[in-house]
Parts: sequence; structure tokens; C-alpha cells
Amino acid sequence: MPLELRINWIKCDAHGMCAELFPELIALDEWGYPILDPRPIPPELEAHARRAVAACPTCALALERVPRRPR
Amino acid sequence: MSDPLGVTVGPSVYWYVTRSTGSVALMLLTASVALGVLDVGRIATKRVPRFLIDGAHRSTSLLAVVFLAVHIVTAVLDTFVSITLIDAVVPFVGSYRPFWLGLGAVAFDLLVALVLTSIARRFVGHRTWRATHWLAYACWPIALLHTLGTGSDVKSTWMLAISLACLAVVLVAVCARAIVGWPSRLGLRLAALGGAVVFAGGLALWLPQGPLGHDWAERSGTPAQALGSSPSKERVPVPRQDSASVYSKRPA
Repeated sequence: MPLELRINWIKCDAHGMCAELFPELIALDEWGYPILDPRPIPPELEAHARRAVAACPTCALALERVPRRPR
Repeated sequence: MSDPLGVTVGPSVYWYVTRSTGSVALMLLTASVALGVLDVGRIATKRVPRFLIDGAHRSTSLLAVVFLAVHIVTAVLDTFVSITLIDAVVPFVGSYRPFWLGLGAVAFDLLVALVLTSIARRFVGHRTWRATHWLAYACWPIALLHTLGTGSDVKSTWMLAISLACLAVVLVAVCARAIVGWPSRLGLRLAALGGAVVFAGGLALWLPQGPLGHDWAERSGTPAQALGSSPSKERVPVPRQDSASVYSKRPA
């Protein structure tokens, strides 16, 4: 099952560290809130995703294994 | 072979290690407070992004715990004064300068609480973690008082310079923290600034007659047998042949 980033928007406080650490799939909007690339995380980038999750000051970012969505 | 771990008489290696790790831990805690304020102020530049400051804050705090562990273990192993592991964790129960050593135990306990809640932040929850993290502002001044109250190097220029430099850094950091986000929660900010002024002023009044004054070793509660064995009544390191040889008689 692929890994996906999830954001708890209530917790997110626009610190922006996730985008610093994982720019491959996270960008910031003009207020500093993250915009997630909807693609599943490629295995070679998983370590970077984990670093971004660990760095989130408000624990708003999580990594979840999601079952493939039915088409 | 000389005895590098200082079972011989005279100042043991443990005692040198205790003093040095203690002063390094104070500097690490100072750095951690300063980095923490930069972190919460969301200070960042292109070259120094936020995750670097945040990472440095986490790393210096963890490093401080490591140095404090060595500081405590060597203080316990040093047989000149009897300090037990319990004295290092439970405040105010020891026989050697109980109050001032106890402050060190309080500061260590607070730091351990800060680090553990930070490591387990995901389970503790952000709110509880943040509330606990305010203890950092209690931990640092208590650690400084422990340094000044028990430190045998306080009267030397270098240690005084380190202590005052650390104090200056933290005062600037607290002022910066109080100003970031002004004027929401004004009461708390004014209390922080007032607390910083009172602490610094109190130190200025206390230091000259306390640790820098006469007979501090007796007044701070050093046991009589430890006082008697040092002619100057402070534990001044007298470089004696047996301990100096540990360093000087190594083959080049």
C-alpha cells in the first residue's frame, strides 16, 4: 500500500517546515500553508517525508498507508 | 602506570570532568533557550531555514542531557564529597550543599520532563507539550543558581565570564520572546520581563556576598570533613604530583 501525507488543518499553523524539508511533494500557499502533491510518495522519497512529519511543530502532518482507491 | 580514573588521593579526574561537563551543560542549555526563542519567533533566512534552527534546538537540548548525565555520574563517582545518585534526582536531600545541589536536581528533573514530553510529543499532544515546554524558563535560572551555588570555579574569571555571558544571552532571548507577538497576552509578557529584571537584579545583589564573598563553602553547606582537607576552604584544584602526572608523564 502506498504512503500518503495527511494534514490536520485544525492543527496546522503554517510553520512551513514541511515544505523546507520535503519540497518534492509539498509547496506553500501565499499564507504559508502547505499544498500537497496528491501523488503517492515514491519509495525513494519516504525518508524525506518522514523527516517532514517529525519536524512539524504542531504534529499536524501525518504519514498514512492508504489502500488504493477503487476507480 | 598512573591511575587515570583518579582513585589516587588529590583531585580526581572525575572531579575535573564534573566541573567541565557542568559548565558545558550550562552553555548548551543557554544555546537551547536562545535557539528555542529563535524557533518560536519563526526566524529564518534563505541560508538558515527554520528546520535548521529547530533541529539545532532539539540537538543542543539532547546534548545537554548527555553532558548532564556525565556531570552527574562523575560527581557521584568522585569520592571527595559524598553525592549519591538519589541526590542528583531528588532535590534537597543530600549532605553536600543540599540546597544548591538540590537546585541542580530540580533543573535536571525539569529538563528530563521537557525532553521526554518532546520526544513523545505525538502521544502527549501539542497542548500539553507546549504547557510543559514553558518549564524551560524555570529550568534555566535554576540551573544557573546551581552553577553559582555549587561551582568551585565561580570565583575564577573564566567561569564568571561564562556565567555572565550565558545570563546576557538568556536575558536578550527572554526580552525577544516577550516582544514577539506584542501586545497579545500583555500580562504574561510584562511578567516575563519583570521576572527577568528581578532575577538579574537579585543575582547582582546576591553574588558579591554569596559565592563571591567570604566562606561561601561553609555557608552553602559543605560538610566539615570536605572543608578541612582543603586549606583555602574552597575546593581549589591544587595540581599535585600524583594527579598532574596523569597528564604530564605520558610518552609524547
